[in-house]
Amino acid sequence: MGERDRHTVSNGAPPQEVIVDIRGLVKGFGAKEVLKGIDLRVSEGESAVVMGGSGTGKSVLVKHAVGLLYPDAGEVWALGQRVDKLDDDALDRLRLSTGYVFQGGALFDSMTVFENIGFILERHTELSRAERKDRIHEALDWVNLPDKGPQYPAELSGGQKKRVGLARAIILKPDLMFYDEPTTGLDPISVRTVSELILRLRDERGISSITITHDLLCAEIIADSVHFLHEGHFVASGSLDEVSTTPHPEIRNFFGT
Amino acid sequence: MANSTASSGLERTSVALAFASRAGELALFAAEFFKRFWRRPFEGRELMHQMDEVGTRSFILTSVTGFSIGVVLAMQSRGTLIRFGAEAVLPNMLALSVIKEIGPVLTSIVLAGRLGAGIGAEIGSMRVTEQIDALEVAALKPFHYLVITRVLACIIVFPILTMWTDTLALVGGYLESVLSEGMDYRIFFNTAFETIRISDLVVDTMKTSIFGFIVAIVSCYMGYTVRGGTREVGQAAMHAVVLSALLIFVADVVVVRLSLFIFGDISG
Repeated sequence: MGERDRHTVSNGAPPQEVIVDIRGLVKGFGAKEVLKGIDLRVSEGESAVVMGGSGTGKSVLVKHAVGLLYPDAGEVWALGQRVDKLDDDALDRLRLSTGYVFQGGALFDSMTVFENIGFILERHTELSRAERKDRIHEALDWVNLPDKGPQYPAELSGGQKKRVGLARAIILKPDLMFYDEPTTGLDPISVRTVSELILRLRDERGISSITITHDLLCAEIIADSVHFLHEGHFVASGSLDEVSTTPHPEIRNFFGT
Repeated sequence: MANSTASSGLERTSVALAFASRAGELALFAAEFFKRFWRRPFEGRELMHQMDEVGTRSFILTSVTGFSIGVVLAMQSRGTLIRFGAEAVLPNMLALSVIKEIGPVLTSIVLAGRLGAGIGAEIGSMRVTEQIDALEVAALKPFHYLVITRVLACIIVFPILTMWTDTLALVGGYLESVLSEGMDYRIFFNTAFETIRISDLVVDTMKTSIFGFIVAIVSCYMGYTVRGGTREVGQAAMHAVVLSALLIFVADVVVVRLSLFIFGDISG
């Protein structure tokens, strides 16, 4: 049995306490195979961090969990549903229970900060205009940007964009969050601010998450578990201390140990 | 020598394959439009916004184009018609050429230049900055929001702008005739519409809906499938304009051939 065949064997839905279950995920683009059989389990309330060098497929991995990419082989389960088998409507319903913070914020640049967040509320809730306004202010207060509502994304700093992206991602009160390089390119103070917001989401709202990062400070603050991706495989998984002391040349190089 | 011939043959084959693959993708993208068009959500507000973008903001461009065509056509044709003693048919000839061909095609080409680049660059930059992915994960159906609205807007607005361009071209031709030979407006417009049939007006104006579809679907496709960065976005915008213009000419040949087959020509 080949590697791909092995990974297509299903054992059914994961237990309820497992929020994300990725089994034998294989993904390639053209001739290049980026993920070569990834297994990842994230439990309820857990903050999992995926680390690794640039171009190792970390973002590719999480994009499967929200149906932005589909596996060549393997299974992707999120919130008890087989993501890669969902039809459009079911996938949309799943997406409404998740939040995704993109690397560059991915704010809609033709809309103000207020509209960026309000757009989602308007489409997916029955809230009145006043109620929507309150929810948006509440979200902006939460990310400590109370007065940025009327500004356009181009007028914000990198850190502010990420925080607005975070406010937008949590506006529908998701059960599961994905953060794609939430602190890349930020100064250490902003790294701490954004990381502490992620931590607060876990502690105050019990939101499980997968974070893609190569930022050690961010990982130190938020990680319950760390998975190190190299050449399409997780070469180490465990606590940050366990992973950072693994005697693998790539990990040593990455952590400078 | 043999090696270089073989490698250039391979290059040509791979270029042809890449072209065929892109053409196939574009056809699938267009098919996706028809498949999703019937499904919810209907983005009414965004459609109105896009119609405003396509229509209102192209108004001056098409006005200037139409008026100039009319004036220039009248100036250029008069001398030739005088030589053949056929000056009296100038309004007639002007109306026929403007309504049947120059108005629809030139309006569509001008709009392809403005909208093709605009749509290609806008959607392309949304793709490379992950804004389309952000719409997707927020369950906001980006294909409906970005593509269907723009395509519909172009299908609706292109004929309206074409009628406006045609009108201004005739007004331009008339003003030139007044200034050159003091022609009476009743004589000009009566002569102009003498040989125009309703089917000419309808078919030749409505064919621009097809051109609008082509411009929008090609431009959306180019933007939607961009990979890379700002350089690729620029290339997508440029390709959107070039391919739209080429396909407009090809579609024009097909539509004219079909309309001649169905309605016959003027003398028929």
